[in-house]
Amino acid sequence: MATSITSQIRSNVTKTYVFMAGFVAFVIFAAYVMGNALGYGNSWMFWAVVLSSVSSFASYYWGDKIVLAMSGARPADRKRDFDFFTVAENLAIAANIPKPRLYIIEDTAMNAFATGRDPQHAVVCATTGLLTRLERRELEGVIAHELSHIKNFDTRLMAVVAVLAGSIAFLADMFMRSLWWGGHRRSRDDDRGLGQILLLVGIVLAIISPIIATLIQLAVSRRREYLADASAAYLTRYPEGLAKALEKLGKDKEVLEAATNATAHLYVTNPFKGKNFGTWFAGLFNTHPPIGERVKTLRAM
Amino acid sequence: MNPLFIAAGIVALIVVYIWSLYNGLVRESTEIDEAGAQIDVQLKRRADLIPNLVETVKGYAKHEKSVFAEVTKARSALMSATSLPAKAKADDMLTGALKSLFAVAEAYPQLRANENFMQLQKELSDTEDKIAYSRQYYNTQLMEFNLKVRTFPNNMFADKLGFKERQFFQATESEKKATKVTFS
Repeated sequence: MATSITSQIRSNVTKTYVFMAGFVAFVIFAAYVMGNALGYGNSWMFWAVVLSSVSSFASYYWGDKIVLAMSGARPADRKRDFDFFTVAENLAIAANIPKPRLYIIEDTAMNAFATGRDPQHAVVCATTGLLTRLERRELEGVIAHELSHIKNFDTRLMAVVAVLAGSIAFLADMFMRSLWWGGHRRSRDDDRGLGQILLLVGIVLAIISPIIATLIQLAVSRRREYLADASAAYLTRYPEGLAKALEKLGKDKEVLEAATNATAHLYVTNPFKGKNFGTWFAGLFNTHPPIGERVKTLRAM
Repeated sequence: MNPLFIAAGIVALIVVYIWSLYNGLVRESTEIDEAGAQIDVQLKRRADLIPNLVETVKGYAKHEKSVFAEVTKARSALMSATSLPAKAKADDMLTGALKSLFAVAEAYPQLRANENFMQLQKELSDTEDKIAYSRQYYNTQLMEFNLKVRTFPNNMFADKLGFKERQFFQATESEKKATKVTFS
């Protein structure tokens, strides 16, 4: 049993790296085409990436505080939230990471999330709905899933991916503005045919690349969910706990009011339940894989 | 190419290899020792909860003397055990004794409704989880260490550097499952 879980973690890690490499290549390619279409060359691409990195630096360092403030959470108390507190303590022992800071959102919807740039600055947050309606073993599964996000540095990875996606959106925006103000200064002296083709490609890229970037960001996020599920099963040595918890969460139709689009990818399951997840196309826009798939994968371990 | 250079290169490679092997093994042994100390902390925590529990149960079930004696004996065996295997064995014994204590408690509804008793039961079952998880971490670290010591070419040197395979902290799977049912 243990070997199949370990191999799953390994294959998930490899696939994530492939995703990341593809993403970086895509950012550089898009920036290159756009920069040259405008006639500014590569320096344009460089500055675009620098600017968006600086703006996300703040969210990287203070992201946990911002997220907590946005969701209106209160710190957990050992006496009052005994199971939550002790389960987190225990799994931190098993994962050999410091116990994360624990917070609670007063909401009857069932959900939990993890944030923080590394295990030393990690935060795990759960809703009261989750804590009251799950058995201890099920709660262990969910907390193990969140701790795995922390231990695998998913929280950091997602921050990096967000920077890349942000850079692309920023690039596309700048490109369109430059067009507006007549920024393609070199095209006049250049070979007109090539310049116009580049310009056309640039416009198409500016339109579709933010969409593609978002799709890749979501795909990475879904990948990490499977990995966190696998690691959680490995940590608790009891995949059934998380599987049962996910089934309960899947049945819960309540929408979490504290969640926004910006924080959706952090949660253990998608906090917006209303959408139709049935088709493949709609699935592309999800931050999380379908719960049925996840339960099936867990039971196969 | 001068054969002397080739020979020197090979020697340098071997030195670097042994160096990194030694440091790696030292680091891993230290981690294992820390993990073992963590188990100790949790075992002590468990032992510390016992007298309180026995007192509380005594208040309702005075004449169940043999059960109390068994629990107390198992506890002192755990406290006096020094090596990890001995501790593991004593801990298993304590688990068995506690099982009969809780079975006795089943017969006293007032005891089961006692606030203090319920709190102790919760703490005890949590401590058992803590023992199980620190034990799991210890054994995982140990498995990696043993694998490293045993595989080629490390096995040619590890012994001479003073590193031997180490003993697992034995946990019978049935015990972990059983406590889950009893206390959750």
